Amino acid sequence: MAEVHKEPQEFTLRIRRYDPESGEPAYWDEHTVELEPHRSVLEGILQARARFDGSIGIRCSCRAAICGSCGVRINGQPGLACHTHLDKAVASSRDGVIEVEPMGNMPVLKDLIVDMDQVHWKKVQRVTPWLVNKQPIPEREYIVPAYNMVDVTQSMACIQCGACVSDCLSMEVDPLFIGPAALAKAYRFVGDPRDAQQFERLKDLAEDPHGIYDCTHCFKCIEACPKGVAPMNQIMRLRRMAGDVHGINDRNNGHRHEIVFAHLIRDHGLLWEAELLPRSYGGDSFFGKFHPAAGAELVSSLPAITKALVRGKVTPMGALKPHKLPKQDLGQIHSIYDKVEGREEPYELNLYVTGYDEDESGAEGMPSAETGTPGMEPEESPSR
Amino acid sequence: MPQHDVLIIGAGLAGQRAALAAADAGATVAIMSKVHPVRSHSVAAAGGINAAINPADDWRSHAFDTVKGSDFLGDQDAIEVMCREAPHEILHLEHIGVTFHRNEKGELDLRAFGGASMKRTAYVADITGQAILHVLYEQLMKYHETVARYEEWFTTSLIQDDDGTCVGCVARDIRTGVMETFTAKNVILASGGAGQCYKPTTNGLIVTGDGIAQAYRIGAPLMDMEMVQYHPTTLVENGFLITEGARGEGAHLLNAHGERFMEKTAPNKMELASRDVVSRAEQIEINEGRGVGPGGAGIALDVTVVPKKRVHEALREIVNIGKDFAGVDITAEPIIIRPGQHYIMGGVKTDIDGATPIEGLYAAGEVACVSVHGGNRLGANSLLDTLIFGRRSGEHAAARAAGMSMPTLSDEQMHADAAWIDEIIGRGRGGRRISEIKEELGTTMNQYCAVFRDAEGLDKAHEVVRRLKEEARTAYIDDRGTVFNQDVLGAIELGYMLDCAESIVVAAIERKESRGAQYRTDFPERNDEQWLKHIDIKVNGDDTPKVTYSPVTITQWQPEERKY
Ligand SMILES: Cc1cc2nc3c(=O)[nH]c(=O)nc-3n(C[C@H](O)[C@H](O)[C@H](O)COP(=O)(O)OP(=O)(O)OC[C@H]3O[C@@H](n4cnc5c(N)ncnc54)[C@H](O)[C@@H]3O)c2cc1C
Ligand code: SF4
Ligand code: SF4
Ligand code: FES
Repeated sequence: MAEVHKEPQEFTLRIRRYDPESGEPAYWDEHTVELEPHRSVLEGILQARARFDGSIGIRCSCRAAICGSCGVRINGQPGLACHTHLDKAVASSRDGVIEVEPMGNMPVLKDLIVDMDQVHWKKVQRVTPWLVNKQPIPEREYIVPAYNMVDVTQSMACIQCGACVSDCLSMEVDPLFIGPAALAKAYRFVGDPRDAQQFERLKDLAEDPHGIYDCTHCFKCIEACPKGVAPMNQIMRLRRMAGDVHGINDRNNGHRHEIVFAHLIRDHGLLWEAELLPRSYGGDSFFGKFHPAAGAELVSSLPAITKALVRGKVTPMGALKPHKLPKQDLGQIHSIYDKVEGREEPYELNLYVTGYDEDESGAEGMPSAETGTPGMEPEESPSR
Repeated sequence: MPQHDVLIIGAGLAGQRAALAAADAGATVAIMSKVHPVRSHSVAAAGGINAAINPADDWRSHAFDTVKGSDFLGDQDAIEVMCREAPHEILHLEHIGVTFHRNEKGELDLRAFGGASMKRTAYVADITGQAILHVLYEQLMKYHETVARYEEWFTTSLIQDDDGTCVGCVARDIRTGVMETFTAKNVILASGGAGQCYKPTTNGLIVTGDGIAQAYRIGAPLMDMEMVQYHPTTLVENGFLITEGARGEGAHLLNAHGERFMEKTAPNKMELASRDVVSRAEQIEINEGRGVGPGGAGIALDVTVVPKKRVHEALREIVNIGKDFAGVDITAEPIIIRPGQHYIMGGVKTDIDGATPIEGLYAAGEVACVSVHGGNRLGANSLLDTLIFGRRSGEHAAARAAGMSMPTLSDEQMHADAAWIDEIIGRGRGGRRISEIKEELGTTMNQYCAVFRDAEGLDKAHEVVRRLKEEARTAYIDDRGTVFNQDVLGAIELGYMLDCAESIVVAAIERKESRGAQYRTDFPERNDEQWLKHIDIKVNGDDTPKVTYSPVTITQWQPEERKY
């Protein structure tokens, strides 16, 4: 049995303070606390509050990563204060002092408290966050596959802490982006066989310019999430269901863009920027760029393209000529495609099914689901 | 001044269920909570919710198990209502979207829980409370036009009219510090338990007995307050809960010799006897030197006997808790636990419709005492209690509202509460810190008013609580602001906790027998002749509690010896 009792040590916390009534800007405030190293940053803050300054503002209740109150940024990384050990926080600090700041992408109300209503909850309300029942409602329970209920449990496990919202790159650029947590919530209904509006929901989220195709696949939300919800993966599931299962050809061109992206890589091994945009809009072939829709999009994208050219992100030669990979490398890429595309049904990694977070690997004895899609080895994960 | 037919204070399971029921019954409804509703402590409930939903089961069996679990102190009329209505309530939850786990036929799956004669606990992995709470909140978002939500509003007092009828409350908008009078034809208290009177506790920092104390202060009787549940499996490290679902899935309890010591006390049910029974057995092992871990202060909970696959799909949360908060991989090695404060069986006395003896005031959930739990609550019966009696009080309050006009209120109480808050903020630094008093209260209660009790210890606890009450009057805070002044709310909560603690201790001193969670080493036997009755505590003009009794309702099941 692990002996976890360790001696208390000193830890210094540098807390971002902001008092809206003072008229002063935010400032840093340092306190040294004494606790065992495996205690949480929240316990550190609470000790500082109890001993030195009762006015430090932070929302908290459960202390056990379940109520979702204590989302903050620790040394710049979003997470729960109660879910981060003091020793680990020191290890990730710049100078041995643990820096605690309010979450990003949301206005600060006081100290570590942000306005989640204005951002997070508004976005949740946007995805019609309630079950629209399939009719008729049965007298007893709906009979549904055991697998599906375990599957949606991953997005049900979201505690609405906002850590993913805090650092979502797309939301920084487009504040209207529905965002990782709300889209994970959307999957909870789309993946629920009792919901009558799977198609309508997917159509809505695909057509919304701030919807599922607005995510840039940056992985930040997966890293931030303390509950293994993996919002980006839920978004990818939504995309796959919208595009592949329901054939929704959204006006944002998101689905076609994905297909072209995949095909270009299959054929050339690397991305061919000059073809990506026109083919996504005009059709997935070399002639796509001659389609009127592609022309229109190309014109409207000219400023962006020019910018990319000016900044040297795209060189005229590189963009116009297809990139080439050595033949044997391309062969390897083809075999990956064959394997993935040859599957009977898409494999989905769900930690409630596999028992392992998607960022963990090397687990032995992967269990598989009783019914439905079988579990798979983590290294075969399509998303990593 | 906001006016509503039904005003609900508290947005945990009881409060949200009450709000939806009252709205469905056509009332104008508001729900108020000092934290965002999904932060309410119901979110922490892990294991599941009981209902005799399997066609081979019978609600009477569930009811009998509950009566027996309560050590015959539960009111059997209320228990019958709860158990009879349970299957319907679970189906309702299923229909509005709770993602209950299924068996291979696609029907609701059921797991075993303590004190139950068959598998009847529906669950969502080990996040049942969270799943239900979030789904109810989904419904509140759906009802956004019919149910007004006051999120992050802190209730400070209940308001009575000249006849003593409850007609509203005073609350503070935590974000702005604005105080407001809320008028209501009916008030439903759903503000949860009082676990923070203890340290350690499995309860969240917000569980400070506010509603129990607010009702007590306006003269509502509190019942069964001596019955404080110690859960058998809380982490030695920090008091966090390891759900009973672990033992429901087959985990063992072992002493230092590696023995399953439950054999001695509960040869049939073993680890799945009632919580009071298991907690006592553990404490005896620890007291007699057969404990494990540092100082022999714990018991080993061995989850490795549960198939790994099952652990991952059904006990994921405790895998995380073990890993994150105790550094233990529970699928590979035992984890050290001990009994810890978990639940308050007592609360504001109500009838089976949630009505308290104060006209216009209802109570439901952990704040209330119907009493369905009596001397000891069965695991997974509390979520059921919150939902059944939350719904019933919502419906009943809506019906009462339909026949009456809106009361007219002055801002008198609001001004008094505002002055009270200003007084706390203005205090000089002469007294003690709030945090010190809270700490002393928690450790005192855990020392003297825990699994084993006696007159001497209880008297000592009472003395300490009285002294702390005195000290709290001059205790100072640091925050002088209005926006999110959590410091001043902490001072108010401390006052509520002290009222709750005092009523717990006074009732424990009063009951001179051992029943359910109350085990008196100086009165080790159950004594039905003298003590098969509830203890009611009421405020006495001068701030000392007054003790009276009320009968236990017995319908079908006569008290008998309790064996597991
Ligand atoms: C760790 C843990 C695990 C549990 N597991 C289970 C289980 O598996 N099965 C089971 O049946 N039971 C379980 N329980 C017990 C059960 O969760 C609780 O008894 C139940 O959820 C209480 O619900 P409630 O609605 O009465 O109160 P809560 O959920 O505590 O809600 C109280 C509400 O009142 C509000 N409030 C309080 N004071 C004020 C104020 N002054 N002003 C405004 N608002 C206020 C709060 O903000 C909150 O919204 C568990 C409990 C714990 C602690
Ligand atoms: S992966 Fe998508 S949703 Fe997640 S943080 Fe990045 S842009 Fe946002
Ligand atoms: S998805 Fe994860 S990080 Fe985002 S709000 Fe939910 S629990 Fe928090
Ligand atoms: S305090 Fe509840 S999540 Fe951190």
